[in-house]
Amino acid sequence: MRTSGRTRKAAVIAVAGLAACATLITGCSSDNKKDDNGSSDNSSASSTEKITLHVGDFGSFGYDDKTGAALYAEYHKLHPNITIVEDAVADGQQYWNSLKLHLTQNSGLDDIQAIEVGYIGLAIQPNLASKFVDFKTVAGFNAADWLPYKEKQATTSDGKVIGVGTDAGPTAICYNKDAFQKAGLPTDRDTLAANWNGDWQKFIDLGKQFAASKTAPKGMKFSDSGSGLFNAVLASQATQYSDASGKLIYDTSAGVQTAWNIATEAVQEGLTAGYQQLDPANAWAAAFKTGKFATVTCPSWMVGLVATNSGDAGKGKWDVAAPPQVGNWGGSFLAVPKSGKHVKEATELAQWLTSSAQEIKVFQKFGNIPSSTKALDDPAVQSLVNPYFPGTPMGKIFASAAKNITPAPIGPWDGNVKDIITKNGILDMEKRGTAKDKAWSNAVKQIKDTVVE
Amino acid sequence: MATSVRATSDGRPPSSRPAPSTSDKSGSRPPGWRTKLFRFDTKASPYAYVAPFFILFAAFGLFPLIYTGWLSLHQVELGTHAKWVGFDNYTGLWDNEFFWKALRNTFTLGVLSTVPQLLMALGLAHLLNYKLRGRGFFRVAVLAPYATSVAAATLVFIQMFNPDYGMINQLFGHIGLGHVDWESSKWPAQIAISTIVTWRWTGYNALIYLAAMQAVPADLYEAAALDGASRWRQFVSVTIPSIRPTILFTIIVSTIGATQLFGEPLMFGGGVGVTGGTDHQYQTLSLYMYDKGWNTGELGQASAVAWVMLLILLLIGAVNLLIVRSNRRKLGA
Repeated sequence: MRTSGRTRKAAVIAVAGLAACATLITGCSSDNKKDDNGSSDNSSASSTEKITLHVGDFGSFGYDDKTGAALYAEYHKLHPNITIVEDAVADGQQYWNSLKLHLTQNSGLDDIQAIEVGYIGLAIQPNLASKFVDFKTVAGFNAADWLPYKEKQATTSDGKVIGVGTDAGPTAICYNKDAFQKAGLPTDRDTLAANWNGDWQKFIDLGKQFAASKTAPKGMKFSDSGSGLFNAVLASQATQYSDASGKLIYDTSAGVQTAWNIATEAVQEGLTAGYQQLDPANAWAAAFKTGKFATVTCPSWMVGLVATNSGDAGKGKWDVAAPPQVGNWGGSFLAVPKSGKHVKEATELAQWLTSSAQEIKVFQKFGNIPSSTKALDDPAVQSLVNPYFPGTPMGKIFASAAKNITPAPIGPWDGNVKDIITKNGILDMEKRGTAKDKAWSNAVKQIKDTVVE
Repeated sequence: MATSVRATSDGRPPSSRPAPSTSDKSGSRPPGWRTKLFRFDTKASPYAYVAPFFILFAAFGLFPLIYTGWLSLHQVELGTHAKWVGFDNYTGLWDNEFFWKALRNTFTLGVLSTVPQLLMALGLAHLLNYKLRGRGFFRVAVLAPYATSVAAATLVFIQMFNPDYGMINQLFGHIGLGHVDWESSKWPAQIAISTIVTWRWTGYNALIYLAAMQAVPADLYEAAALDGASRWRQFVSVTIPSIRPTILFTIIVSTIGATQLFGEPLMFGGGVGVTGGTDHQYQTLSLYMYDKGWNTGELGQASAVAWVMLLILLLIGAVNLLIVRSNRRKLGA
C-alpha cells in the first residue's frame, strides 16, 4: 500500500481530533466532580436562604402535588424558603442504573434519592454506602420508629443506616372465593388462614385437594406461578440468599431449600399455571379474566392489580387471607447523598416525608402500606376496606402482616440469584418439564457464571 | 483539486475567482498575504469539510471500539475501578457453556433467518422485475415491513405465536398439526424468531436485487430467448450470474445483521428475554453480552463478548473475500 504525504497528514489530524475529543470528555466530567465537591462545603446554609431541593424517585411515590398527597406543597408552606422539585423516572430499573452511575461519578445526584428494596442490598455495600449520609448521625432519627426488618435492610455491615423507610410490601394470599367454593374448599378467610397458619406445606396440601376436586372450574390451576410461590415462601424465611456479611449462601440456606421444595412440589403436582407475575407481555394479567388460577401470593400493592386485571366481572369474587407465613415484597427507602448542596435540609425533608403522619397521608391517597410502626396502628390504616373486595378488612390484614415480617439479611447479589432461580429454574420446570434436580443444577451453573465475588 | 471543483461548480473559469487584485478591500494589504490565505484555504478546507464525519466517527465509532477492547482486558463492574486481568475474560469464555450455547444459537438463528430471507427476496425481485400492473404499489408494499420497528413487529408476532390463543396454533389445530409450544421449545422458538427477521428484511433485500436486475442488459435476455432458453433457464443462467456481486453484498450485510441479532429474541422472550428463554434456547451472543453488561454489571466480560463478535464478523468477511476472489479467477476477470 502506498502511503502518500497527504494520508499521513490526515492520520495526524484524525489523531489530534481524537485527542481533543478525549480531553473534552474527561475535562467535562472532572469539572463536574470538582464543582459538586466544592459546593458541598456550604451545606449548612442559613435557614432563611431560598433553596430548591430535588427529590429523585421512580414510579409514583405519592408525594407530588398533582396526583399525590401534595406533601411538597405542604412542606413548602411549613418552610417557605424551601421549594421541592421531583425528578421522577417511570422505570425502576432504569432509575437505579443511572443512579448507580451518578453515584460513582458523584455528579448529577438529587438531594434525596429513593432506593427500592430490590437494590438496597447493593446500596449498603461499602463502595456505594459511603456516598450516603448515615442517618444514625442525624438528630431525631430513631430506627425503632420503623418496622424492625425495614431499617435493618438499610443498615450496612458496619452499622450505618443509609435510608429511611417509605412503604412496606407485606404479602398475603389473594384467592378466588368462587373457585374455592366450587372445589368444595372453605371460603372464609379466617378459616383458611387458621387452616394453613404457620406452614406453607398445608397451603400446598389444600392445593392438592383443589386439583383432585372434580367440581373445580375446568382449566383452572391452584396457583398462578411457581416463581410467585417461591418468592412468597422465601420472603417469609429468616435466611434467604445471603448471610449477614452479604456473602451468598443460597446453596446451603435453609430458607432457600424450604422455598425451593415447596415451589417445586407445587410445580410437579401440576398445581401451578406457569405464569410470570407482572410479565411484560401481560399474559399473567390476561389470565385473571380467563380464570387460569385460583390463588395469587399477593403483596399489598398487588391487590389493586388483582382488581384491575379481573375487571368488573370479578368484583366480589376475590378475597384476601393472611398467608401461612408473612413475607415482604417491595417498599423503598429515601437516602441522602453526601455530595448534595443542602444535606441538612434534605435529611430533614426525608425524615418528614417518612414520618408516621405523612405515611398515613400517602396511604390514604394511594394505599401504600406504611413502614412506620406508629402509622400501622393508626385507625386510618386499620380500617381500610376496598370496594372491590366487599367485607375484606384489607387494612387489618396487611397492617398485622407487616408487623410480623421476619427480618432477613440481604446481599448485593440477591436480585440476580432470585431471577435465575425463578426464571431459569422454576419457570423452566413449568414450561419445559425439566426435572427438579436438573433445574436446580442449571440454576446453580448460571449463578456461578453470573456472580463474581 | 478542491479549487477546480469549486470553480466549475460556480460556473466560472478557475482564474476569475482567486485574483487578489479584483477585491478593493484587500488592495491595501500585501498580495503575498492573500495568496497564502488562498493556499491555506485550498489545503485545509477539504479537511474541515470531512472533519465532521471523522470527529463523529472518532467519538462514536473508534473510541468505543478501542475502549471496549481495553475494558475486555479488565475486571470492571459498573461503578468500580478497573482491575487488569489480561486475557482472563477471553479464556473464561472458552470454558463457558453459556457462551458456546449463545454462539450456536446465533449461528442457527442466522441460518434459519438469512437463507429463506435471501431466497425469497430473490424470487420476489424476479417477479417484481416483470411488467405488471401496479408495480409501484408492490414495490412500496414489499418495503413496508422494513419500515416497521422491531418492537411493533415483534409484538404482533408474539400474539400470533402465542401457544394458547395465537393465530398460528389455531390454524395448526384446524389442519390437524397439533399444538406447538412456540415459546419454550427450542426449534419452534428459533423458527418463530427467524420468521420475524425474515418478514422484516425480505422486502429490503428484494428491492436491492431488483435494482441490480434492472441493470442487466436486455439484449442478454433477448439472446438467451433466441437460443431457446426458458424463463427459468434465463433466471439461472443470466440473472443470477449478472447480479452475483449484489448477492454477495446482501449475504455479507445479512450475516452482520444475524450476528448482532438482539431486539427480536429479547422482546420475543418477554420476562425471560435476556437469557433467551428459560433454558437459553434462543439466547444470542448479543443477548449474552447484554446479560453480562447490564444484569450482572460485568463490563469486562461483556466487552470480551463484543470483541469476539467483532472477530467472528471479520472472519466471516475474510471468508467472503476469498470466495469473491476465487469467483473472479474462475470468471477470468
